[in-house]
Amino acid sequence: MPVGYEEMPEAPGTTASTEEVQTGLWRTLRPVIDYAKCTKCLLCWKFCPDGVIAVLEDSRPEIDLYHCKGCGICANECPPKCIAMVREEEP
Amino acid sequence: MKQVMTGNTAAAWGVRLARVDVIATYPITPQTTIMEKLAEWVEKGEFPAQYIQTESEHSSLAACIAAASVGARTYTATSSHGLALMHELLLWASGARLPVVLTDVNRALAPPWNIWTDHIDTVAERDTGCLQLYCESNQEVLDMMLFAYRVAEDRQVLLPMMVIEDAFVLSHTSEIVDVPSQEIVDQYLPKFEPEFRLDPSEPFGLGSVAMPDQFMEFRYRASLAMDRAPEVIRKALGEFERAFGRSYGGLIEEYRCEDAEVALVVAGSAASTAKAVADELRREGHRVGVARLRVFRPFPVEEIRALGKRISTLGVLERAYAFGPNGAFTTEIKGALLGLLAPPRVKNYIAGLGGRDIRPEEIRRMFLDLERVSQAGLDREVEWVGVQGLRWAEGIP
Repeated sequence: MPVGYEEMPEAPGTTASTEEVQTGLWRTLRPVIDYAKCTKCLLCWKFCPDGVIAVLEDSRPEIDLYHCKGCGICANECPPKCIAMVREEEP
Repeated sequence: MKQVMTGNTAAAWGVRLARVDVIATYPITPQTTIMEKLAEWVEKGEFPAQYIQTESEHSSLAACIAAASVGARTYTATSSHGLALMHELLLWASGARLPVVLTDVNRALAPPWNIWTDHIDTVAERDTGCLQLYCESNQEVLDMMLFAYRVAEDRQVLLPMMVIEDAFVLSHTSEIVDVPSQEIVDQYLPKFEPEFRLDPSEPFGLGSVAMPDQFMEFRYRASLAMDRAPEVIRKALGEFERAFGRSYGGLIEEYRCEDAEVALVVAGSAASTAKAVADELRREGHRVGVARLRVFRPFPVEEIRALGKRISTLGVLERAYAFGPNGAFTTEIKGALLGLLAPPRVKNYIAGLGGRDIRPEEIRRMFLDLERVSQAGLDREVEWVGVQGLRWAEGIP
């Protein structure tokens, strides 16, 4: 919600966590994991530059699409090539 | 206590008396002896500052920005290419409203390589939101360090500030300097109490993203701070005079300008020469004066207009070539004077680049040329002075 300059702080700061910023809106390509082929090696988790890949209880990786910017590094690094980068307008 | 010291030692004394918390440093001639003196004091345990040696000037200013954002009083010093490398972070400091203070020892930029006085390094940082104060003497260098923290940390300002001294003419030349007592300095310059500081117990992000619907408001607020700065400076100078008994005029120091027909605007150590020449010409009956440009940012619009209302012809002596139609000081002075109904004539003299001496006889010719312009009108707007093989100001004895 825009406010007038007088109500704004002197220096550009924010108390909001970056977790609240939906960087997933920047994405044009969406990573989709084919769990049938996934070996749970977790290289995707290790290489994700934004730390948006979580490891589930059964060791499968899960991508947080609210924050994933769609850079495709996970798909590039995946040894069995089980991550597809799908255009956002495609289901 | 009076001591004999160089401009760089005077700068170091200013830093020590200001009880700076964090010093970040990278060497460059002619600044290095400031950092060497500070390192010596820190090493001996005489000065309890955190002394950080970084891998570049960019990193030095980054370290100061980081330390200032947790509420430390910070200092760095540089020259020439070092200041150019700091460019990005000067904007960062002003944008984040952090009152980092630095010394720049004016030096030319290469090529050709040159380590001597030239104002281009600081003039080129005109638009970074960093306040700029040019010194004339070693005493002023020490005094203005204390003054700079006082102004930069004022909550009406909260912007970085650079104290500027000429290479070698001040930095490596010894003069008598009165080093004030710590008690008087502490009264004049209280501990830095930031308006905001990064604190893990109350986390927030500083220097965050502002989308197009928010960015302008931050810049507008910074512009208000810049607009308030001249008054903060005038007030802090008055308080400085009361505390230390030394006066520096204002944003501009007028010398024999009261009834002057022509005046020469000049920044830095060449002002001393200009004053001596003005005295000599006054004795011969010429009505000439010197207006020493002490503060370039914030720009002293009010003072320049007051000068322009009284004096019909102004010369601007610049120790920098800005690759434009005239020097940067001249551009801004002309801009301020356009607000007058009858602006004076303004002539630009470019001299003393790369440490070339500005000799009294050359300044004398500038004054006589200005008198000619005052009578005959402005023919040439820019004059290069002291270039070997180049004739200038035809008809001037």
